[in-house]
Amino acid sequence: MGEAIVITSGKGGVGKTTTSANIGTALALLGKKVCMVDTDIGLRNLDVVMGLENRIIYDLIDVAEGRCRLNQALVKDKRFEELYMLPAAQTKDKTDISPEQVRDMVLELKKEFDYVIIDCPAGIEQGFRNAVAGADRAIVVTTPENAAVRDADRVIGLLEQTQIPARLVINRIRANMVRNGEMLDIDEICQVLAIDLLGIVPDDEKVIRSANAGEPTVMDPSSRAAIAYRNIARRMLGDMVPLMPLEEKAGVMKRFRKFLGIG
Amino acid sequence: MKESYREGVGTSVAEKQHITIKGVKDGLIFLLDDTCDFSVLLDELQFKLEKSHQQLLTGPIVHVQVKLGTRQVNEEEKERIKAAIRNQGNLLVQSIDSEARLEPKAEDGNNLKVLTGIIRSGQTLEHDGNLLLMGDLNPGGSLLCTGDIFVLGALRGLAHAGCKGKEDSIIAASLLRPTQLRICEVISRPPDEWMTGDAMMEFAYLSEGVMKIDKLTQLHRLRKLPAVFRA
Repeated sequence: MGEAIVITSGKGGVGKTTTSANIGTALALLGKKVCMVDTDIGLRNLDVVMGLENRIIYDLIDVAEGRCRLNQALVKDKRFEELYMLPAAQTKDKTDISPEQVRDMVLELKKEFDYVIIDCPAGIEQGFRNAVAGADRAIVVTTPENAAVRDADRVIGLLEQTQIPARLVINRIRANMVRNGEMLDIDEICQVLAIDLLGIVPDDEKVIRSANAGEPTVMDPSSRAAIAYRNIARRMLGDMVPLMPLEEKAGVMKRFRKFLGIG
Repeated sequence: MKESYREGVGTSVAEKQHITIKGVKDGLIFLLDDTCDFSVLLDELQFKLEKSHQQLLTGPIVHVQVKLGTRQVNEEEKERIKAAIRNQGNLLVQSIDSEARLEPKAEDGNNLKVLTGIIRSGQTLEHDGNLLLMGDLNPGGSLLCTGDIFVLGALRGLAHAGCKGKEDSIIAASLLRPTQLRICEVISRPPDEWMTGDAMMEFAYLSEGVMKIDKLTQLHRLRKLPAVFRA
């Protein structure tokens, strides 16, 4: 029996889908059998980020309404043998499926996969309730912004009510802004939210570039965000991996130029 | 007050009297005891009207005011009192009043509720009395209390002490960084209105209708009866 993990945030645009895609891929990279479920019905994105949009035949609603079997709707990833995705419907609405239906689907998927990664829509309404229904654990994604932290706090409160243990991922950290005190720092966020920190992900242009190319960032080991996501996946499997330093170690040339005052 | 209700009727020592009848200029006042059982009261009322106070029941129409003390009665019970009095032809019930029950006084340390947990964004905790929260109150969360609020943790959300009008309520916290503080009707918005730099235990209180912040060590000056400890 596998484990279902919902990726949620409350606020939109903090990187739920990116995190889902990357954690899912990173777990597959570590040899796990993974299924990603997109529950953002009406605004599906996970397939685009994964580059699997053109392979979709059936979706979540088709399964719920009995037009196909669950494994007919699963889309196999183009990179990994044991990575699948269950896409959301684009034409329907979040109210077209009930939390019970999602729970049954997730339960079914858990029998077959090691990890079921559920990508949750923004907000705390029906879509959120659907996504959370079958989850054993949660990963709350936030960015170092007050509004995102506030919404993450709200979501953690809701998760606590349903007794789903949550861990935190802080996304899109900009080292130079944190250093100048212009951005909330990690300690501050952890103090307010008071849940375990699963990982931090530095802001990286490569994330946007690879998302547009339909290629999860984790595949590119030269990206710092990719390493961060790989670390997160390893921590999920129980490895002890230290948090990565925010500042990139400057190379010899860079340090030399800095010394001369032209870097 | 209650004692005086019983005086003057003391005809029998063995049996406690629950009803006092007083004559005033424009009629009679029935003072009913508010501690005994309602049925006892009704029996006694009937007995008094029919047996022992026959002299009242002759003559012109008399207006009666019924005072129940702090007893709270429902409509049906009111009707039964009225009926008992109305049965005697010349008595006319003018009013049945009861005083508002006095709120049990929330003294310091008394009825202090201790809670452990985090009040997160969107969550509200309401409490009647004083509250000690062991944990944080996060931004977007709110805490409402009729008495004092103590937070053993960081107070970052909205705290409202004395929300039913207890003006000497205070709000104290290990780390006082609220989005808004309210005591009674007074609202204060830090950091626009005040901000303290040092991370000391602080408390907010009302002084002549204005909210003030001070270090917790100064609280004893505000309270009327601070504890004095023997050396």
